Amino acid sequence: MKIQLNGESKEVQAADVLALIAELGLEQRLIAIERNLEVVPKSQYAETALAEGDHIEIVHMIGGG
Amino acid sequence: MSDDTLKVGSYEFRSRLIVGSGKYKDFETTRLATEAAEAEMITVAVRRVNITEAGKENLLDYIDPKKYVILPNTAGCFNAEDAVRTLRLAREAGGWDLVKLEVLGDTETLYPNVVETIKAAETLVDEGFQVMVYTNDDPIVATRLEEIGCVAVMPLGNPIGSGRGLANPFNIRVIKQRAKVPIVVDAGIGTASDAAKAMELGADAVLINTAIAEARDECLMANAMRDAVRAGRAAYLAGRMPKRSFASASSPTDGYFWT
Repeated sequence: MKIQLNGESKEVQAADVLALIAELGLEQRLIAIERNLEVVPKSQYAETALAEGDHIEIVHMIGGG
Repeated sequence: MSDDTLKVGSYEFRSRLIVGSGKYKDFETTRLATEAAEAEMITVAVRRVNITEAGKENLLDYIDPKKYVILPNTAGCFNAEDAVRTLRLAREAGGWDLVKLEVLGDTETLYPNVVETIKAAETLVDEGFQVMVYTNDDPIVATRLEEIGCVAVMPLGNPIGSGRGLANPFNIRVIKQRAKVPIVVDAGIGTASDAAKAMELGADAVLINTAIAEARDECLMANAMRDAVRAGRAAYLAGRMPKRSFASASSPTDGYFWT
């Protein structure tokens, strides 16, 4: 299905957030995920299904003042 | 001074120098300078992961969240909604509840948008965040932010990254005199004397990024800032002498053996 991932359109195989992280090769540590403007708690990655057109944001910490 | 700790919300620190982690040439320099500053709290920004660079090393591989209190910021947010979103994500990422709220007004001055800052502070305090809030050097606004429940108020010394020192030392002092929460001078510190001056005025801490990151020798400047903050704090606690219009001899004026 096609989702909006970090502002870009992307075709993904994953059906849920946990699978999406695996598909992208991301570590779960110290990232956070928002699905359609709602934070997805880490404990609910597996239960959070993805739907066509979802807006997903995946963020982490970088240097800043 | 060993028991002179900085209490911010439920946290307690020995260091009164908070550092930022932006603008460094690499992560290793960030780590070394942060150690040289003997800081215990370090700000970080929240940004999109670069999906195409998964597995690349991260700032927090160098700045250990078990060793430092990580202070996520809302840098780059120009409205309350984006700031709240950012900090909700930061809390989920690392469990951090102590946060630095800054809502900016425009890209040229980076001055705070106080109206949006107040809106965001209300929401974040309601949601259980411990909010350290960047704001103008305005005593009325500082009091308002304290009333909302912010755990520290952080007036600017001068615009972010300007290195121009304290524009309005009198307001910093007034803000401090009226506050019950810690006052942190955030932004504008350019060199060690600026940091010492802020501490002498009674600031409880200073937050420094650019002055260290853009120094020719980052670690040496971090040492200098560490020492300046300690010296300024000691001078504040010691209580400075009064200023006089005329001289006051340091040696006794009696017992002269010449005429």
